[in-house]
This record gives sequence, C-alpha cells and structure tokens, in this order.
Amino acid sequence: MPSSTALYLAIPLACLLGSLITGLLGSKLGNKWSHRIPILGVGVAFALSAGFALPRVLKGLWLNTTLYTWGHIAHVPLVIGFLIDPLTVTMMVVVTFVSLMVHIYTIGYMKGDPGYRRFFSYISLFTFAMLMLVMANNFLQLFFGWEAVGLVSYLLIGFWYTRESAIFANLKAFLVNRVGDFGFVLGIAAIFSVFHSLDYATVFAHAHDLGAQVFSIAGGVSWRAITVICILLFIGAMGKSAQMPLHVWLPDSMEGPTPISALIHAATMVTAGIFMVARMSPLFELSPVARSVILVVGGSTAFFMALLALVQTDIKRVIAYSTLSQLGYMTVALGASAYAAAIFHLVTHAFFKALLFLAAGSVIIALHHEQDMRKMGGLRRYMPVTFVTTWIGALALAGIPPFAGFFSKDAIIDAVSRSTLPGADYAFATVLAGVFLTAFYTFRMVFMVFYGEPRMDAHARHHLHESPWVVTVPLALLAIPSVLAGMVLIRPLLFGSFFHGAIFVLPVDNALARMATHFHGVMAFIGASFASPPLYLALSGMATAWYMYIYRPAIPSLLVKRLHGVYEILCHKYGFDELYIDGFAAGARALGRFLWKIGDIELIDGVMVNGTARMIGRLARLGRRLQSGYIYHYAFAVILGLFVLMTFFLHHI
Amino acid sequence: MMATAMGFYKQAALTLAIWLPIVCGMVILGVGRRWPRSVRPLAAIGSATTFIATIPLWILFHASRSAMQFRETVAWIPAFHVNYALGVDGISLPLVLLTSLIGMIVVIAGWRVIKDRVPEYFAAFLIMEGLMIGVFCALDALLFYVFWEAMLIPMFLIIGIWGGPNRVYATIKFFLYTFLGSVLMLVALLYLYFQAGESFNILSYYHLHLGETAQILIFLAFLIAFAVKIPMWPVHTWLPDAHVEAPTGGSVVLAALMLKMGAYGFLRFSLPIVPLASHVLAGLMITLSLIAVVYIGLVALVQEDMKKLIAYSSIAHMGFVTLGIFLFNRFAMDGAIVQMISHGFVSAALFLCVGVLYDRVHSREISAYGGVVNRMPVFAAFMMLFAMANSGLPGTSGFVGEFLVILGAFKVNIWYAFLAATTLVSGAAYTLWMYKRVIFGPVTRPAVAALSDISMRETSFLLVLGMAVLVLGIWPFPLLHMMNATVHHLLWRPGVRLMAGAP
Repeated sequence: MPSSTALYLAIPLACLLGSLITGLLGSKLGNKWSHRIPILGVGVAFALSAGFALPRVLKGLWLNTTLYTWGHIAHVPLVIGFLIDPLTVTMMVVVTFVSLMVHIYTIGYMKGDPGYRRFFSYISLFTFAMLMLVMANNFLQLFFGWEAVGLVSYLLIGFWYTRESAIFANLKAFLVNRVGDFGFVLGIAAIFSVFHSLDYATVFAHAHDLGAQVFSIAGGVSWRAITVICILLFIGAMGKSAQMPLHVWLPDSMEGPTPISALIHAATMVTAGIFMVARMSPLFELSPVARSVILVVGGSTAFFMALLALVQTDIKRVIAYSTLSQLGYMTVALGASAYAAAIFHLVTHAFFKALLFLAAGSVIIALHHEQDMRKMGGLRRYMPVTFVTTWIGALALAGIPPFAGFFSKDAIIDAVSRSTLPGADYAFATVLAGVFLTAFYTFRMVFMVFYGEPRMDAHARHHLHESPWVVTVPLALLAIPSVLAGMVLIRPLLFGSFFHGAIFVLPVDNALARMATHFHGVMAFIGASFASPPLYLALSGMATAWYMYIYRPAIPSLLVKRLHGVYEILCHKYGFDELYIDGFAAGARALGRFLWKIGDIELIDGVMVNGTARMIGRLARLGRRLQSGYIYHYAFAVILGLFVLMTFFLHHI
Repeated sequence: MMATAMGFYKQAALTLAIWLPIVCGMVILGVGRRWPRSVRPLAAIGSATTFIATIPLWILFHASRSAMQFRETVAWIPAFHVNYALGVDGISLPLVLLTSLIGMIVVIAGWRVIKDRVPEYFAAFLIMEGLMIGVFCALDALLFYVFWEAMLIPMFLIIGIWGGPNRVYATIKFFLYTFLGSVLMLVALLYLYFQAGESFNILSYYHLHLGETAQILIFLAFLIAFAVKIPMWPVHTWLPDAHVEAPTGGSVVLAALMLKMGAYGFLRFSLPIVPLASHVLAGLMITLSLIAVVYIGLVALVQEDMKKLIAYSSIAHMGFVTLGIFLFNRFAMDGAIVQMISHGFVSAALFLCVGVLYDRVHSREISAYGGVVNRMPVFAAFMMLFAMANSGLPGTSGFVGEFLVILGAFKVNIWYAFLAATTLVSGAAYTLWMYKRVIFGPVTRPAVAALSDISMRETSFLLVLGMAVLVLGIWPFPLLHMMNATVHHLLWRPGVRLMAGAP
C-alpha cells in the first residue's frame, strides 16, 4: 500500500480506534482518558484531512484506489476503496472539524452523565462511519457508511434509554430511514443490473450509453433506466436527509443529547443524502424527470418545515425544523443542477447550524436541562459568549450579508430562478418565501431566549452562569467559519474550478456557470443582493420577529386565536405522525395479526394440519370399531364377506 | 511423516467428522450413569475435537475445483449397490464447518442449564451433530436418507424430553410434518435408483436424461421433503411450535442447522438432477419465497413470544435462501448460500440470547421484560449486534446474503426485488421493536431488577458468534471464494443453462 493510501486510511481508522478503545476499555481507562483518546483520534483525523488530504487534492492529486476485495462473484469484484477528490475532501474537512468541536464540547455537556464513556465511543464511531461514507469509491461501501451512520444515530437518539420518548424516537428514526433505504437498495440493485458494476468510475463512465436502457415496469409500461435509478436513489436521500414525506424522524431525534443533534442531525449525517446526490451528479444530470421530483420535494420541505418552526416552543425543535427547511434548500439546489451550491450550503450550514445547536445546548445546561423557550428570556446578561455566538449563527442562518449562510442561500435562489425544469417555478417560490420565514423563526428564537424579562423560576435564575470553556471555545471556533466561510469559499466552490471533474453538470443546465459571468468578487456579490428581494425578505423577517416578540409581545397569542385553524394544523405537524403511526404502523400490525390468526392458525393449522390429523383420527376410530375383539363380530363379518363374494361370482359366471 | 498424516487425513476426514461426535455420544451414554461428572468434559472434548477436525478441511480444500473433494467410498450393502460414499464441495463444506462450530456452542450453552438426564442430553446433541454432518457429506442416496431420517430422532427426543409444557404436541407436529415429507423423497430416490441402473450414487443422477413429467414429479416429491424442512410457506407452522417448546440448545440446532437441510437438498438434488423441472417450477418457488418474506415478516411483527418471533423471522430469512436459489442467477445463488451460513450464526445467537434471559427469568414473553440494559449492559450490547444482523445491517453477515439476493432479483424482475427488499423495513421493525420492548426502557419488573449480567461462559459463545457475524459481514470473501467454482458449475451445467441468460 502506498504511504499516501495508508495516510488516508489512517483518517477513518483513527476515529474507529478511538471509539473501540473507549468503548471496550472505558471502564478501565476512567473518564479522563475516555475523552482524551477519542479526541486525539478525531484530532488526528482532522489534522490529516485539512493538512494532508486537502493540500494534495488542491494540487490535483486525486486518488481512486481499492483497499480490499470484499467479495468476488462471477468475475465482478465488490470492493472497499477510497475515492479522494474535491467533493470528498470538502466533506472530510467539514465532518472532522465539526466532530472535533463536538467532541470537545461534550466534555462539558455530558459531564456527570453515567453514559459519558459510551457517548464518546458512539460519536467517534459515528465519525468513522461518516468518513467511510464520504470516502467511498463504490456503492457498496456507500451503503455501508450510509447504514452505519444510521445505526449510530439510532444508538444516540436512544442514548437515554430509560426515557420512553427517546426509545420511541430512535425506533421511529431507524424505521423511517429504512423506508428510504428500501428505495436506496433498489436503486443500487438497478445500477448493478444496468452497469454490472458498483464502482463509481465505471458506472459514471457508462452512464450516458447504458442509462438509456428501459426497465419494463408492468403491462407494457416501461421507464428509462436512468430515471428509475435516480428516483430510487433519491428516495434513499429523502430518508437520510429527512425530506418530506420521510422527514418525521428528524424532529423526534432531538430526544438525543444536544451534541449529537449538532453533529449528526444537523451538520453531517443528515447531509449525507445531499452529498450522495451531488456525488451521483453524472447520473442525475441525465434524468430531468428525477430532478423535477427533487425540486418539488426540496421546495416543499424548505417551505412547509419552515412554517412548522414558527410554532415550536422547544428550542431544539425550532432548530430541528430549521435544519429540515435548510436541507430542503440544498435539495432544491440539487434539482436545479447547482450541485456545487448545494455542497456550499451544506458546508456553511454545517458550521452555523452546529454552532446554533451547541449554543442551544449551552443554554439548556445553564437552565438545568430546560428546553422550553417560554421559560427562558433575558439570558444575554448571564451568558455573553453564548449570546454573541448565537447572534452570529442566527445572522448566518437568516442569510444576512456578509455571514456565511447569505452567500450559499443567495446562490441557491439565483440558481433555481434560472432552472427551466417543470417544478422549478414552484421551488423558486417556496425558497423565496422560506427566506422570510427563516429569518422570522430564527430571531423569534433569539428574542425569546436572550431578550425580554427572564421567565425561569428564581432558583434557576440564581444559578445562571456562562458555560465552562470546553463549551464556549467550540462555540467561538464554530463562529469563525460561520462568519467567514461564505466570503472565503464562494469563489472556489461555486465559480472556480474546485469541483471540476468531481461534479458533472451538463452545459445546458449549468446555472452556476452562467452566474459566474456576473460574479465580480465578494463585495460586488453583496452589493448586488441589495437589488434583489431575498435580502429584504430576510430583513423584514427579522423586523417582524422583533415587532412580535419584543415590541408588542401580545401579538403572537392574539394571532394564535385569530388563526386558530392554521395554528392547529401546524401544531399537529400536518398530521404526518398520525398517518404513519395510526395508519401504516397500526395497519401493518393489524394485517400481521390477521395473517397470523386467520392464515396460520385457522387455515393452515386448523384446517390443513389438525384437520388432516382429525380425519386420520376419525378413520382410525372407524378401524378400531372393526376390531372389537368379539368372536361373533368377526364371524358375522366372515359370513357377510362370503355372501358378497358369492353374489359377485355367481353374477359373473 | 507430515505428508502421510495429511494423506491419511484426506482419506478419512469426513468419516472422522461424522463418527467422532457420534462415538463420543455413545461413550457418554455408556459411562454417563456411572460417572456423571465425566459427562460434560467428555461432551466438550468431543465437540471441540470435532470442530478442530473439520478445520483442516477448509485449509486443504481446493476452491478452484468444482468436483467433490475428500471423497471416501466403501461398499456398504453390495447386493443393492449401496455405498458408504462421502465427499464435500464448495456448498457442503461451509455447512459442515457451521455444524461443527454450532455443535461446540450448544455444548457450552447447555453446560449449566441442563440438570435433568444430563448424559442423554449431551449424547443426543453429539449424535445429532454427527448425523447432520453426515447429511451434508453423503454422496450415496440411501446413506443420505439414513442420515436425514436418523437425525430427526435425537431432535425429537430433545424437544420431547427437555422441552416446555406443550412439548408433546410440538414434537408430534414436528415429526409428522418432516416424516411425511421425507417418505415421498424416498419414493423419488427409489425411482432414481432404478433409472440410474440400480445405483444410489447421487452424482450419477446428475447425468440422467429424464422426461419433463418425470422431472416434475420428482421435483415435487423432493419439494415436499425440503419445503417442510426449510420451512417454506405454507408448511411452516411446525417451526414456531417446535422452537417455543424446544430447549435453547434444540432451538439453536433447529434454526442454525436443520433448516439448512432443506435448502441444501434443493442444491444437491433438485437443481442438478431435475434442472428442467426446477426451471419450470421456478415461478412457484419464487412466489412461495416472496410470500415467506412479506407474509411472515408481517406475522413476526405481532408475536408476543420472543422465540416465536425469532422463529418467524427465521422463516422470512430462509425465504431469501429459496428465492436466491430459484432465480438462477449467480449473485442470487451466492447470496442464498451466504444467507444460509449467516442465518446459522444470527439465529443461533438470537436463540441463545433468549436462552440467557429465559434461564434467569423463566419467561419468553416480551412483556415480561423491559429495561434489561440497566442490569445487563454487556448482554444488551451483544444482542444489539445480533438484532442488527437480523435486520440486515451492512457490516454484519445478515446484510451480505440479502443484498446479493436483491441484486440478483432485480436482474430477473424488478418486482421480485421490490418485494424482497421490503425485508429492510419489516425485518428492522420486528427485530428492533422486540429489542426496544425487552432491552430498553426503565426497569419496572422485579424479575428484571434481579438480573445479573452474562457470565464468562455465556460471553464466550456470544463472542464467538459475534465475531463470526462481523467477520462474515466485513469480509465475506473467503466464503464466496470457497463456493465460487461449485456454484459456477451448478449454474452452468448444461441442463441448468436452459433459462439462465447471465451467470
């Protein structure tokens, strides 16, 4: 193995090793070493990603190599291997950086928790799985990572396993994801049946020729293979990246400890679907139908989930719905063929959303695990670092220049407006409306938590203080890219040649290339935003939040009364949970019970098995009666037989 | 010296693997009454040496050859041309290894738990182990039939003597189901005997030219025998009853090994001997398999008894095996065989997990538990691994077979793959829902509060199976390699090529 491959391999393995050591030997190591070792592992991974992988890729040294052969079937090798290109390396740096921050933060957040060591073991394992996912050079390994991150997510949502709500949420998350994976596996199987390979490079190279095949679906209906493949793969992405209607698991995932909400359910795992579609751009580019679907799904998620964020009172749920909405933005960008913009937003979002979650966590521990915003208020006096960093995160999320989110979001909106696919107009309207909603719910949260009069009880207020340094330092370190990432990265990621060769866009669809001709630097980009609606929508969202939650705090309850019907719908989250739990889940159980009681017990056992046994029993009883043991019975039978035989012979002679 | 030893081993390896445990079982029966303390060590030595004796098979096996290896032929009943003929290929060898591994594990599992009729218990298991290895190695039809029927007897006794309260019903149901099936198989074997010019050599049947009607009748006769064993829907209802009543060791052998007999029968008899009928009736087989996956998946969801749930889950997983076999496609076939081995590990482990809980609480009801993780964290971690393997999580052995079968199915028909892939949802739903109700949650019952975590003995067998599940999931290459030539040969034999377009 070349030394460079060994170094790449060291990146995920450092995390795995940290996880294994802490997980298996944690009780012997004690708490101190149980966090030091995983942090060292992730630190090494980050250092190698940023200090070794990134410079190499920038120099043009990509890597596509096999690590080992997983299996060999009929001359088709199925392998585990790495593809290190700009897209991979972007994800690696983001994942390891956010993971490192979360690891450090966890020291403070999980202090005193009986599952302290287990937690570190899990998040390191997660980092390993996520790295394997993004570094894969084939669909098999992609699916490995895909399911492995899902497993760790399951374990972490149910981390506090004695809470009924937590173990309900983790089962729900796993099963909803499995519905997505159902599509994903079929997508992989479809790819395999068309391309006879699961290797990215092979598949992409033949996408154009072989993708034109058709699958006959039923009764003479046949669809283009590439469209079937892309839609099936996207169903997988809908599960993992929580797109409607498979979004229901993400809000409930907030039952897990806050650090993992930041790491897994905001910054990294949930963006795996986005990453996957971007990685598959050579396939998705060939299917406008699939991209139309993506536009509609993404647009709906961006808008309708933002609406739900308006009525949440739990601080983590506000951010969770915001994450759903922002994932919708990224999805829309994918549908508009602006894959680079989706990844750009993925990056900036990872920073500012992790920041917001960790800041929320800082608030939550300061209030002794109180998450209800109605019991907060006025915290800015007590928690200055958390307060300032939350503002930075909020401005980035709302898309105010020059914060990171502004650039990525503006790019997406611009790109969508240039898409001509069916559904693009709808998506454009939703993302535009979403800008106002985003700014509104974000600052509603900021104002409810940090401004106004403190609403917590006197005891809690007495104990209020800023969080320890292990919490605030990660906040500060995440605040830096939340400010700068947009300005620094917009040129290379969106309009430069960074992703050339890693992301494929047909020239006709290439909105970003057309936008690039109008790009004259960061300052000009900011300046141009003053002439377009998104900025004003964002500002008016902020202003409305200020008006309703600071200037006239009586308005929200008035509005709830006035718009009672709408409010109820939003509080019930459009009824998805009811449909899934009382409809599908209960329906499956009822069907299972029916098949069991009627099919297995009544029909198969009752009629066939025991029926046969009964019939044999009856025959046996009959036979038993013949053998009564009385001589005169037998004598009678002999005479009767003689009589019958005689009649028979006499008639035939 | 070394070479002669190896030569001698090659001559007698399979006989050793078959008779070592049987003789050991006999010895236990003989001395067990007089020296009760020697029973467990003898059983351990017997099963361990059997396992060790089978390992060189793997090392010396030539994976590139599709022909039978380690062959032994001795005339047995010359008047009827019956031979004591043994041999293994890439399909039977993994099953032999699985049997000897599981044989060792059940001995450890029964070590402390069995207090009643101890010598008979261990003897029954050892004898059964030898007979099962015999089934996988026999190349003579009559020898096969003898092993096939004989292995039922110890199992019948195990359930009937060491079983639960309703054991008599379960035993009779089990025995009648399987016995009725195999009688028809005997008829088919006798027909083949005469067709092949009075020969019981199974390999000679592969070259018979049989008409379509004859093929279909033979296929159906075999089908009844094999379908009951697997079990396929709708002849599956004996399995949940048998599992519920069987002691833990019995369940382990039943699920891990006996269910494989039926699938092995398809591979050894149906496909090579009556290829035309196998193709003609493939649609029926695929339909029954998919019903097993979907229907049984739903039935498993509503089970309240852990053993019943795992039993139903076994049926659904075996549905993947039969599906893979009858798709006549390389990936699906490989997947089916991997699934057989994987299911051997996973179902064994899950039944052992239930056994661990049952030994402490004496209940199999899911509702009798809750919050077990609070008292048994190590056990909970192991069971999580096996639950995930049962749900087909990548990185565990459970994934490999299902994934390959789905890949193969898609090539044949999109809807086969669609229905098969529903297991991703249903398998996770029934397994993890059970896990949630048993393991997670607060401790609410005194019986759970009194639990203690697994002992060294229990850890040892869970660890072995856990490693097996992980290794096969992360690196199935050795297994796939071992069966490569055999499967290739099986699918490309002229008769089998009839329908299959691609390998």
